[in-house]
Amino acid sequence: MTQQYADGKFGEYGGQYVPEALMPAIEELTDAYERYVLENEDGFMDEFRSRLRDFGGRPTPTQHAERLSERYGREVYLKREDLLHGGAHKLNNALGQVLLAKYMGKERIVAETGAGQHGTATAMAAAHLDMPCEIYMGERDINRQRPNVFRMRLNGSAVNPVTTGRGTLKEAISETMRDWATNVEDTHYVIGSVVGPHPFPSMVRDFQAVISEEAREQLREKTGGLPDSVLACAGGGSNTMGAFANFVDDESVGLYAVEAGGSTLEVDEEAGVAPNSASLSTGDEGVLHGARTKLLQDSDGQIMESHSVSAGLDYAGVGPELARLVDDDRVNAVNVDDDGALEAFHRLSQLEGIIPALETAHAFGYLEEHYEDLGETVLVNVSGRGDKDLETVIEETEKRDIEAAPSMAAFSGGI
Amino acid sequence: MGDEGSEMSGESGSDPVRNPDLEAAFADGPAFVPYLAAGDPDYESSLEYVEALERGGADVIELGLPFSEPIAEGPTIQSAVVRSLEGGMTPERFFEFVEDLDVDVPLVCMTYYNLIYQYGSEQGPRPFVERAAEVGLSGFVVPDLPAEEADPLREACDEFGLDLVFIVAPTTRGDRLERIMSQVSGYVYVQARLGVTGAQEDVSGQTEESLDRLADYDVPKAVGFGIKTGEHAERIVAGGADGIIVGSALVDIVAEGAKAGEPAETVAGRLEEKARELKQGALRGYEQRVPQAERT
Repeated sequence: MTQQYADGKFGEYGGQYVPEALMPAIEELTDAYERYVLENEDGFMDEFRSRLRDFGGRPTPTQHAERLSERYGREVYLKREDLLHGGAHKLNNALGQVLLAKYMGKERIVAETGAGQHGTATAMAAAHLDMPCEIYMGERDINRQRPNVFRMRLNGSAVNPVTTGRGTLKEAISETMRDWATNVEDTHYVIGSVVGPHPFPSMVRDFQAVISEEAREQLREKTGGLPDSVLACAGGGSNTMGAFANFVDDESVGLYAVEAGGSTLEVDEEAGVAPNSASLSTGDEGVLHGARTKLLQDSDGQIMESHSVSAGLDYAGVGPELARLVDDDRVNAVNVDDDGALEAFHRLSQLEGIIPALETAHAFGYLEEHYEDLGETVLVNVSGRGDKDLETVIEETEKRDIEAAPSMAAFSGGI
Repeated sequence: MGDEGSEMSGESGSDPVRNPDLEAAFADGPAFVPYLAAGDPDYESSLEYVEALERGGADVIELGLPFSEPIAEGPTIQSAVVRSLEGGMTPERFFEFVEDLDVDVPLVCMTYYNLIYQYGSEQGPRPFVERAAEVGLSGFVVPDLPAEEADPLREACDEFGLDLVFIVAPTTRGDRLERIMSQVSGYVYVQARLGVTGAQEDVSGQTEESLDRLADYDVPKAVGFGIKTGEHAERIVAGGADGIIVGSALVDIVAEGAKAGEPAETVAGRLEEKARELKQGALRGYEQRVPQAERT
């Protein structure tokens, strides 16, 4: 399933739309990807797998969710990426890329981060592999995600605030690309999702594909068969592609990419704001950050500011391979709004004893709303845990009346 | 232009169509190619600023059509992009801007590919290029469009007789250089240093190496990225460049004027003066390289 798009084009999507100064580095990276990742040269993949096991804690379990199964009258299984070191699937990719940078002889790592999950994973991987690391993060996100900023610094990474634009993920990616263009000869850019120029979308997918590789095997052991549907939240799409990759060829398995519906799917063209991050469901084809893909943009082609209660889904673009799979009707692009995600957050916390990331909660929101259409066996990717989101959850829950939520009075004044 | 005896390399059968305007702008002496973001900080002042550049000696003017995610730009031009977008600049307004400009020198549109791709009723670059030709633009520079992805735009440019300028970076060598040079027309934009746009205090040693690699190609070489003073311009032209591209040092003047709330006329005067300094520097550099007496 992974080799069919070896040229970096997913139909019309993908490609390499980057400044000329970066092209030689992209070519070098493509060569390294083909040799080390695809062909396991010098035992790269063996070392990667071994480090994922010992440092990362793989394999993560596939767990039968008893109370959700009871609630929905079907078998619900959870792929527990929240149990990976760092508390999210992000380490799969960060460790793979930092290790690859070492194999390539690079001496410095840069990365962007939105909510801070990719930044913290990259900082951990860089410390683990002894590589100097600088993380670019929007100033607004820095203020929203203080604990993650400190985690990155604890691991020895520098966190550089990005003050351009509205100071979120989109600007952080642009700024990291500028750093890379300046220091391209000794620096590797660890991109955080299945986005950007080829080979990033394919390479990040391959590092994340371990999620569905394990889940497929674990589920067969437990049930003797395949799931009827797989649900994963989708922002840029790295946990999504990781959860889908090994099921794409199984035509009986329905694949659901659950995007952030935000407050509404309506777009405010005048203000350049889309109060959602549903680029797969509502975006138009265009070129951003190195790839042709589906984008939230105005009719002129200017990129919109996206919005979601979960910072990790807050991005105006999406991986080009997902865009293609949606056009091919292989992946269903669906969405859940902020309310549905918050309710699902509380429900999973109460019923299963798992506090999910707000990103992940979107997938459970979809399960709640559409379980009848999802078949007998449903696999949900628990892409990350929700400790990082508690401040936001308290703030947002106070504004709403959520049945499954605890009394918020006890939390007044924050945690 | 160019070294004597230089020969056409990459003589494939399908040379790009060349726009006579840009070729002519480099024909006698070094070309001074200033850049400003159109509509920075507002439409009317920006018209005056661009016209001031011509009075100051511009041979070609690069006009930026601002895109919300300018990944190749440093802080100076990023700020210009923000000011221009906030001032209401759009692709359609940009074309009107070009029509409203009272200048004779050729104009090159510098923008990012998504704006070119989205324009008009059909997706793809053709409607944008058609409209650009209609308003009298001479060519394009598209910093996020490497040669690998440029075929559709190159075809549209050939159809409407516009030039497509490519950037050659200090890291561009071998096959990549060949590929770019077989698609470029107008002039080649020699990126003087790695990184993003922005005025610098000195001239990069990477420039000379880049010019050496390009010496055998019969396309004018204009050097940009980091040129700030007449002295920089002089050294770069003396070192073999056929032209200099200056953006951030001029945008800085616009930014200061906008910040201080100065009248457009005052700012335009300062731009004209700066343009003259840069042009004079380029001419001095050319005199060192090709003394008057030896010119044919």
